[in-house]
Amino acid sequence: MFLKRQSGGELTAPPCVCKVDMKFQLKQYSALPGFGLTMGFTLFYLSLIVLIPLSGIFFSAFSFGWGHFYEAVTSPRTLAALRLSFGTSFLSALINAFFGLIVAWVLVRYEFPGKRFVDAFVDFPFALPTAVAGIALTALYSQNGWVGKHLYALGIKSAYSPFGITIALIFIGLPFVVRTVEPVLQNLESEVEEAAASLGANRWQIFLKVILPTIAPALLTGTAMAFSRALGEYGSVVFIAGNTPMKTEIAPLLIMVQLEQYEYASATAIAGIMLVVSFVMLLCLNVLQAWGRQNENI
Amino acid sequence: MAGSVGGKLGTAGRTVHRPFLSEPLWIRVLLTTVALGFLAFFLALPIATVLAQALKKGFSFYLRALSDKDAWSAIRLTLLVAGVSVPLNLLFGVASSWAITKFDFWGKKFLITLIDLPFSVSPVISGLIFVLLFGAQGRLGEWLGDHNIHIIFSIPGIILATIFVTFPFIARELIPLMQAQGNEEEYAAVTLGANGWQTFWRVTLPNIKWGLLYGVILCNARAMGEFGAVSVVSGHIRGLTNTIPLHVEILYNEYNFTAAFAVASILMLLAFVTLVLKHWVEWRAAKDIALSEPGAETL
Repeated sequence: MFLKRQSGGELTAPPCVCKVDMKFQLKQYSALPGFGLTMGFTLFYLSLIVLIPLSGIFFSAFSFGWGHFYEAVTSPRTLAALRLSFGTSFLSALINAFFGLIVAWVLVRYEFPGKRFVDAFVDFPFALPTAVAGIALTALYSQNGWVGKHLYALGIKSAYSPFGITIALIFIGLPFVVRTVEPVLQNLESEVEEAAASLGANRWQIFLKVILPTIAPALLTGTAMAFSRALGEYGSVVFIAGNTPMKTEIAPLLIMVQLEQYEYASATAIAGIMLVVSFVMLLCLNVLQAWGRQNENI
Repeated sequence: MAGSVGGKLGTAGRTVHRPFLSEPLWIRVLLTTVALGFLAFFLALPIATVLAQALKKGFSFYLRALSDKDAWSAIRLTLLVAGVSVPLNLLFGVASSWAITKFDFWGKKFLITLIDLPFSVSPVISGLIFVLLFGAQGRLGEWLGDHNIHIIFSIPGIILATIFVTFPFIARELIPLMQAQGNEEEYAAVTLGANGWQTFWRVTLPNIKWGLLYGVILCNARAMGEFGAVSVVSGHIRGLTNTIPLHVEILYNEYNFTAAFAVASILMLLAFVTLVLKHWVEWRAAKDIALSEPGAETL
């Protein structure tokens, strides 16, 4: 794949052809050794662990047949699961965008005792295994739980409901917005704000017209990451979701259920749809990040 | 991450409070309260719940739950799985970041995206792909069955799924770090007659050691805590194919809540150790950067 491509096969090629040749090379010359070994291992390991198993999903989806695929994806139960997954993920990402922005703002701009500890603590949902988060949140929001007690008294069914699913997704998505917005807020030049203030803008106007446009790409990136993570989340949700088909069954759980019933075709079809969505999200994230870099350069 | 810490250090001296660049006191108090309240609600409460539930029936019950035979075999399996998958991903992380950052070739950005891919795949799908490949009805299922090789519902499957979900951690930590450091030192070493291994061990590795350790810590935390992917391929055989998170699930589903939370508290401890180590590494990396910069004595 990385062989030199010769620019001309003629024997009469002038000596300078080696210079022209460089342009057509897939790999440019480097004085450092080890390209063959490291690239070879990288491609081998990547193919073995990621590419071949992952592409198997699409081959399997095709081999089960288009009719099967269509039937599995458009069944009411699948549609309900996809609707629930998308709805709760979107809602939790929005809530995380709002509170994440406030947390990042407070952590960057204000001083209070224990700030460094709190800052370190934001990563906790990344470090905590999802199953532990799942059972802890379920205990907290069930009818006898510390929080659930009060919510049930108010008539809110906080566990085994879309409400509970959203709570779990907020938990696991919490660090994304904070961690993407924080560095951009830190690097914000105070000169721009000073200029706006000297031109008579008030604090709210400065936030809306100067700060928000600058941090918008980071905020959107963090929100999209939280959304993308929430869509596929399993461990922290299964315990609190209740898992009633058509009502509180998220898409990853439906894949699991179909698999346990040896319905490989349906499981693969739903997984295929989810994978396509993930890839689209990945593409959106790349575009967002490119936009963010562009914004920083201005 | 290390970079952002460096940024913080650099700007610390510049922060001067100007009244027109800050919000009124009541807004500052309100925002701080909202932020801390949100974090307390979503972070502190779950932690308190795990501890309270784990110690509900007293400390001796807690210890008994932890010394259970199945709990120990789950701990052993988790250590084995992390012990295999982290070094393999470390090897891959170092090799791929060397190939990507030391050379220029066509399709580099695409390769980086491919390496990141497992992060955007749902854990359940991460397990499913190996079932489709190695399961009894999978592509290689028949052949594996004929040769009496067990991958799914067995330890190799658990290791494969864990390697898949933790695949990008170390590589994605090393690639930006090595890109930022450039290749000048390596060129100098090669010019002075060092071979590839010498250049790597004596020049590159000392430069990337904190980033490497950072990646290993994150990779290990995820490898030990992974639930969804492992749950698909494990088959939940008590004492045989149960990792700690799966053991927590089984205990919980058997309404053995106190024991479930007791075992969960080990995983929570792992999360705390991970956070502490992560910040220690960030602090060390920032210290190294500060020391290597001219005029560091004034800091």
